Amino acid sequence: MSNEIIIEGPNVAHGAESATDHHGHEHHEQHFIWKYIFSQDHKTISKQFLITGIIWAIIGSLFSVFFRLQLGFPDSTFPIMEKFLGEWAKGGKLSPEFYYALVTMHGTILVFFVLTAGLSGTFANLLIPFQVGARDMASPFMNMLSYWFFFLASIFMFTSLFVETGPASGGWTTYPPLSALKEASMGSGIGMDLWLISMSLFVVSSLLGGLNYIVTILNMRTKGMTMTRLPLTIWALFFTAVLGVLSFPVLFSGLVLLIFDRNFGTSFYLSEIFIGGKALPHIGGSAILYQHLFWFLGHPEVYIIMLPGMGMASEVLSTNARKPIFGYFAMIISLVGITLLAFVVWAHHMFVTGMSPFLGSIFVLLTLLIAVPSAVKVFNWLTTIWRANIRFTPAMLFALGFVSLFISGGLTGIFLGNSALDIHLHDTYFVVAHFHIVMGVSAFFGMFAGIYHWFPKMFGRFMNNTVGYIHFFITFIGAYLIFWPMHYEGIAGMPRRYYDYSAWESFKHFQGINAFISIMAMIVFFTQLLFVMNFIVSIFRGRKMTTLNPWGSTTLEWTTPIHPEHGNWPGEIPEVYRWPYDYKDDGNGNDFIPQTTPLRPGEESH
Amino acid sequence: MSVFIIITLIALVFIIIYQIGKASEYATVLRGEEKVKAQTNRTIALLLVVVFVLGMWGIWKCNQLFDGKMLPIAACKTGENFDFMFSITVMVTGVVFFLTQAVLFWFCFKYQAKDKQTSFYFPHNNKLEIIWTTIPAIAMAILVAIGLKNWFDVTSPAPPDAKVIEIVGKQFNWLVRYPGKDNELGKRDFRKINDANNVLGLDWTDPHNMDDIISQNGELHLVIGKPVKLLIGSRDVIHDVGLPHFRLKMDAVPGITTTLWFTPSITTEQMKAITHNPDFVYEISCDQLCGKGHYSMRGTIIVETQAEYDKWMASQPSYYAGNNPSAAPAAAGAPASDSTKKESVKEVTMK
Repeated sequence: MSNEIIIEGPNVAHGAESATDHHGHEHHEQHFIWKYIFSQDHKTISKQFLITGIIWAIIGSLFSVFFRLQLGFPDSTFPIMEKFLGEWAKGGKLSPEFYYALVTMHGTILVFFVLTAGLSGTFANLLIPFQVGARDMASPFMNMLSYWFFFLASIFMFTSLFVETGPASGGWTTYPPLSALKEASMGSGIGMDLWLISMSLFVVSSLLGGLNYIVTILNMRTKGMTMTRLPLTIWALFFTAVLGVLSFPVLFSGLVLLIFDRNFGTSFYLSEIFIGGKALPHIGGSAILYQHLFWFLGHPEVYIIMLPGMGMASEVLSTNARKPIFGYFAMIISLVGITLLAFVVWAHHMFVTGMSPFLGSIFVLLTLLIAVPSAVKVFNWLTTIWRANIRFTPAMLFALGFVSLFISGGLTGIFLGNSALDIHLHDTYFVVAHFHIVMGVSAFFGMFAGIYHWFPKMFGRFMNNTVGYIHFFITFIGAYLIFWPMHYEGIAGMPRRYYDYSAWESFKHFQGINAFISIMAMIVFFTQLLFVMNFIVSIFRGRKMTTLNPWGSTTLEWTTPIHPEHGNWPGEIPEVYRWPYDYKDDGNGNDFIPQTTPLRPGEESH
Repeated sequence: MSVFIIITLIALVFIIIYQIGKASEYATVLRGEEKVKAQTNRTIALLLVVVFVLGMWGIWKCNQLFDGKMLPIAACKTGENFDFMFSITVMVTGVVFFLTQAVLFWFCFKYQAKDKQTSFYFPHNNKLEIIWTTIPAIAMAILVAIGLKNWFDVTSPAPPDAKVIEIVGKQFNWLVRYPGKDNELGKRDFRKINDANNVLGLDWTDPHNMDDIISQNGELHLVIGKPVKLLIGSRDVIHDVGLPHFRLKMDAVPGITTTLWFTPSITTEQMKAITHNPDFVYEISCDQLCGKGHYSMRGTIIVETQAEYDKWMASQPSYYAGNNPSAAPAAAGAPASDSTKKESVKEVTMK
């Protein structure tokens, strides 16, 4: 199909400027359904992922507002919640069952549907063909399927919110036996079945997407685009896809075994259980096996979430600092290091499951090793803005915020990765604070940086800057105000996933702080709605993009027309002559040299 | 109705903010884009510095706020080691935190875009990369060394004279079993569990069970200075024995037995004096999501002197006597023919 709409114009050279007022290609006008719904164009699919992700993000974070109301004000009632949740919040107070359902859904939605599908789905689709210089993905059809499997997964997950026994409520990790036995919890009924179906479909979506990204990056680079001339976004998205392709199948196997245990009487995870007044026949299974399978994905998943943000932050920092990213090769090597280590650290989530202390010590060593490539990245980002010429666009602010949050959240990982400290901090608010800062807010900041930066490429218009600045400052300050105090609560041993602390002598005096955190969480939530409004209104009413390359970027996506057709470049795909970070004087008064500019005589390649 | 009003209000605020944003966009065009951009850039750079300074002040205030609200000193030796190691890690990461954040915000201010300023083309420097690969690696090695030493201390085999007590989680409370006079816990089997008169499924054919004492109110009595080894189990789903005052934690997993040992060093009474809190109590929190009552799965620990412990122990009837007043040992012998004889207190060897 893509061949129909691309007219190879031999006369249209890579001088893309001339191509913009050149709308004379013959192409068949596609039907609305094929152009916008079952589209195979990577740009449209990217928008589909982004918009679905935004809808999920609103749902997921709204849930956090609901349960923060319970945590902050356990003695009050909020009739408004009854309007939204009905029976589940009778009289305006959440029931414990639904509190846990909300916590579970908040985690599942944000981790998988927003920060995996919504983040790499959006930016891998948008940027890979654009930045490697390809007309589309290797398999546009598979790419389309990837979105629609995600959509199907979304439907199942969304449906589970409305079943009578409620959605899954065993935490986003859904450890059996709690998740395996209907007697153990209301959410382990049909809601859990829907969760499992949804997540299985999600794995399919993720694999279809990931394979496509890898193949496209390896095989479809334009002429001159060697691997070492790829922007760091592409490197990051490449390793993200590798992580997903190698680890999601393991989660899938874990989910299938859980489906068997739930429905077909097997005992993979179940052994010696007495519940609901009777002893179950299961013997010989291991509940810990599920945790191994889950975290074999679960930990790489953290990097699936982080790496795209790292890549985009690198790109946005360099562009707006008007300075090459410092240590391009060190950045790639550290990505390789993080990717390799990501596969061999999963059991640090399981230090207190009774695993062998010797095995635990190996995982301590490997886990803390990740601090080294992470530190290299941070120092390289800091050196990138040293003696720079920084323009504070909203995207740049979010990239800088990303670095700040990544430092804060990364450092607390050093505590948790060390088993002797984890034995106290495990499953306390310290953990909540740690992962929300590093893979929650920080990853979101990477995503926001990407959205603000590439919005003009996606929609041909700009987002509103002033609203963007307001969005940044409130979110940045708010995120720290929410999660900083949580560290202290965790050090004081306050367990996570509690509905109410008032009966606990050791934790009840944190009530005031919990209330403060809840208020901040609501402010930050509404600020995100402000962003969503800015996003939607700007699609239709935003300031129009008038130049091809508004940020003065070197990469290939800015050589395409303002509204690229399917196929991206009207003429030939431009050829690449240099690395993507040549932010230096080009001799004509510009402070950057695009990748498409040939080396000047005597100029050395990077 | 109130919902409607609130939503309208929020929408209104949003529209106003967006209109301000839009107006500033037009104003930019009117006043000259370059000029306004430069002005905005300066303002943002300054704001970032303000945010940093306020942030540091906020951290200071936060420390003050939590002063006195944190856990008291650790109530066992490994807990003290934990606190020491925790402080070292806070210092190491704290220094890195302040330096990197300060540099980040300072560079933002110092190197904000200025007229006729160009950036310094500085793509790589291998020496720098080596320095900041090596330093974190050394720092990590030190932290790992301290960590593993403590880890192997905590997970080392319990001393032979440790008192063995079993603690079993169920939705949603803790069952504690003491070995009784014979100092030995009898066998149990989950198939023998009966909520009415055999909550842990004790095998009545095992004479060791006859004097075992089960406390169903989740009260764990320990003697100061005497090592205790907990055998941790679960009847249904995964729970976790969280002992914040001892800086310890271990999962309770159905089907396997995990262990944890420590030597309490401060009695509950002494801790009341230390914390100036007459209501102080050592609490056992369930730290693994186990269902709707997870948050209420509370146990307590009473650390007391040997004399107090002996007195309390003497007042406890054995579980058998308390629940089988009429059952003669002979009658209980019947299910002994159970062919699937199972060693239920099988320990996960922590080697």
